[in-house]
Amino acid sequence: MSRFAEVPQAAPVAVFKLTADFREDKHPSKVNLGVGAYRTDECQPWVLPVVQKVEQLIANDHSLNHEYLPILGLPEFRASASKIALGEDSPAIKENRVGGVQSLGGTGALRIGAEFLRRWYNGKNNTTTPIYVSAPTWENHNGVFGDAGFTDVRPYRYWDAEKRGLALAGFLEDLENAPEYSVFLLHACAHNPTGTDPTPDEWKQIAEIMERKKLFAFFDSAYQGFASGDLQKDAWAVRYFVSKGFELFCAQSFSKNFGLYNERVGNLTVVAKDSDNASRILSQMEKIVRTIWSNPPSQGARIVATTLTTPELFAEWKDNVKTMADRVLLMRSQLKAKLQALGTPGTWEHITQQIGMFSFTGLNPSQVGYLIREKHVYLMASGRINMCGLTTKNLDYVAESIHEAVTKIQ
Amino acid sequence: MSALSSFADTPTAQPGEEERLSRAFLKDRRAEKALLWATEYLNEEGHGSLLPMTRKVMLQICSDPTLTLDYLPTLGLPEFTRSATELALGRDSPAIRENRAGGVQTLGGTGAIRLGAELLQCWYNVGGARCGPVYLSSPSGGSVAATLQGAGIRDIRSYRYWHPDKKDFAVEPLLQDLEDAPEQSVIVLYASAHCPTGAEPSHSDWKQIAEVMMRRRLFPFFLLPSQGLCWGDPAQDAWSLRYFVSLGFELLCAQSFSTNFGLYSDRVGSLLLVLKQSSLLLAVQSQAASLVRALWSRPPGGGARLVTTVLNNPALLAEWKEGLRVMVERGMLIREKLKERLRMLGIPGFWDHVTQQRGLYCCTGLTEEQVEFLVTRCHVYLPASGCVNVTAISDRTLDHVAESIYLAVTSDPARLQTLTF
Repeated sequence: MSRFAEVPQAAPVAVFKLTADFREDKHPSKVNLGVGAYRTDECQPWVLPVVQKVEQLIANDHSLNHEYLPILGLPEFRASASKIALGEDSPAIKENRVGGVQSLGGTGALRIGAEFLRRWYNGKNNTTTPIYVSAPTWENHNGVFGDAGFTDVRPYRYWDAEKRGLALAGFLEDLENAPEYSVFLLHACAHNPTGTDPTPDEWKQIAEIMERKKLFAFFDSAYQGFASGDLQKDAWAVRYFVSKGFELFCAQSFSKNFGLYNERVGNLTVVAKDSDNASRILSQMEKIVRTIWSNPPSQGARIVATTLTTPELFAEWKDNVKTMADRVLLMRSQLKAKLQALGTPGTWEHITQQIGMFSFTGLNPSQVGYLIREKHVYLMASGRINMCGLTTKNLDYVAESIHEAVTKIQ
Repeated sequence: MSALSSFADTPTAQPGEEERLSRAFLKDRRAEKALLWATEYLNEEGHGSLLPMTRKVMLQICSDPTLTLDYLPTLGLPEFTRSATELALGRDSPAIRENRAGGVQTLGGTGAIRLGAELLQCWYNVGGARCGPVYLSSPSGGSVAATLQGAGIRDIRSYRYWHPDKKDFAVEPLLQDLEDAPEQSVIVLYASAHCPTGAEPSHSDWKQIAEVMMRRRLFPFFLLPSQGLCWGDPAQDAWSLRYFVSLGFELLCAQSFSTNFGLYSDRVGSLLLVLKQSSLLLAVQSQAASLVRALWSRPPGGGARLVTTVLNNPALLAEWKEGLRVMVERGMLIREKLKERLRMLGIPGFWDHVTQQRGLYCCTGLTEEQVEFLVTRCHVYLPASGCVNVTAISDRTLDHVAESIYLAVTSDPARLQTLTF
């Protein structure tokens, strides 16, 4: 008799199932708008030219070894990663109250932050502190905080389906009504899945309430540079909160903006009140890391650190990032233009107002079903599309398909 | 904005023994000092190095234009987990043929232990009594207990392993502790190359252990941290694991490729699952995937690709195995030299255990007082257990280490505190 006889099959993850279904589809015109990675106009993965260059440098540098990294990671990586998030001249960095924990992508950074908060925030081992995630959010946020032990993960209003924009009033109201010391998971830029970000003015209102209600800011920054093409612009919200004196966490991912998906490069930036707090926090995080992955992988961190700290490479990287961001912006404007030219019912301004990899099209589940079944255009049931799945070659077909879906199905 | 931190009450984490040793060694200004604890296979210069063939394979992979940096599947590179599973169980294992053995790619050995612990904590014996006590050997390697605790396992106990009088593994006390363990307990076992003692059960010991575990329905959680570096032969190093599988046990096995490939910072590991039937394997793998998504989402690609390339290329595989033999021979040579030096110094007592133990680690049998003497008087740093990593002893430090051990053993205990060097 097996000890695991009653283990149920876990529910499949929607986006993985979508990709699997796409792969099996033999239709010649099929399009995958569910893919979570950047694709070129030829629909190919893209290893950034600067990354290829740095990989060669590393491969030919025989002084580099494969010995264990420190538990908290490669020091040059941690420092340069935090600097990219907070800015060269960040007062928090100058005051020596910033620390970084090299992590396994953004997910790893979120997990370390969550495990730390569950142990040391709002009492000791307080699993009942409410964790607020946006409605909707990246579905893994629930899993990470849940598995870290938090029992109360709740939504804050974010997406207004009717006006296809930010539900600001609801968001602010949820902040006002949140119990003191609740944790709010905020998307630093390029909100996943809606592509809708608060404006600077709206961020100021959010910060004001959070300060007053003593709410903890935990930023998820997976698209810095990738969203607008400008590193500074994409970090505005995080830097604003730091300037207001918040202590906060920022889970950074370098998967998208460096195209280093499978190297698992992330950093948990910790901004503390002072350097003593920063050291104590990091010492506890080190203990947590030791029991999950022990020490992080070196390759991706070396690539990022080398790039960020070498002026010519840094310039080349910014250029590569802009290439990706520009292609996404082009696809946005072209899709909108085509839908407008077709006279597709509804407004399509949101396609170009939204930012980053994803767009919440506003298509309903029946329309989505039609697109997948009849047109072999794959997208999430929520109506989320990945702009990177669009190319100059498939744009017409996708626009026509959307037009068909919207006109045939209400 | 309040100046008061939400973390004002968060204490500084106390460093573990390994960390304290390491710091003390670094601060020590003495020219003649030695650090005898390490978790890597160290070369003569005191560094964990790549196996010679690894760099060549790396360059090959680096220049492959078809390789992308796209995400790996959550469960890892399928060719890697298949190869890791075959390496552990043997290609012709019935469990593989019956589709009831599979792997999940993890972040080194620690990641595999953590994932295994999470699986046990969530899914072991659902419907029955959940994961009960987990037993570790006494003594046990560095962070295993902490990793289990990280997954929420609270009831951690130990079984007797090292026999201080015999200076060896002793099976009788272990068997007794297994008889006394509650049914369904999880027992963590090193398949080979025990950390930190280097003492190995014999094949007949393993048979007795398996018999008790079968009878008392105890669940094996094997650790295979350096397959090939114990006996110089991967198949031999996995004998105990394969034996248990042949008896029909379902089990977990945490495999690390850090030491046997020199890929420490690449974090290559696999959690091997052997279930009673293939439908169960699929269900457990699906739950493992769910746990992985909230831990690290997907594993890293580089190291796994390299290991897969080597294991599936006959010429590279042969080169790798030869490299393991060379590493094991060097380890044995260091043991021989240490024992010989001690003998020449006229050290009292029996020191055969030094050369009888296998793998990276050696339990010297020194008492805590003797270890204290070594650390504080001789500037030879090792943990209180008296266990060392033999590769941390270089030709340069051998004499000092041997002489220090001699002094520690021969000095009158009452005088140990007063001697200075």
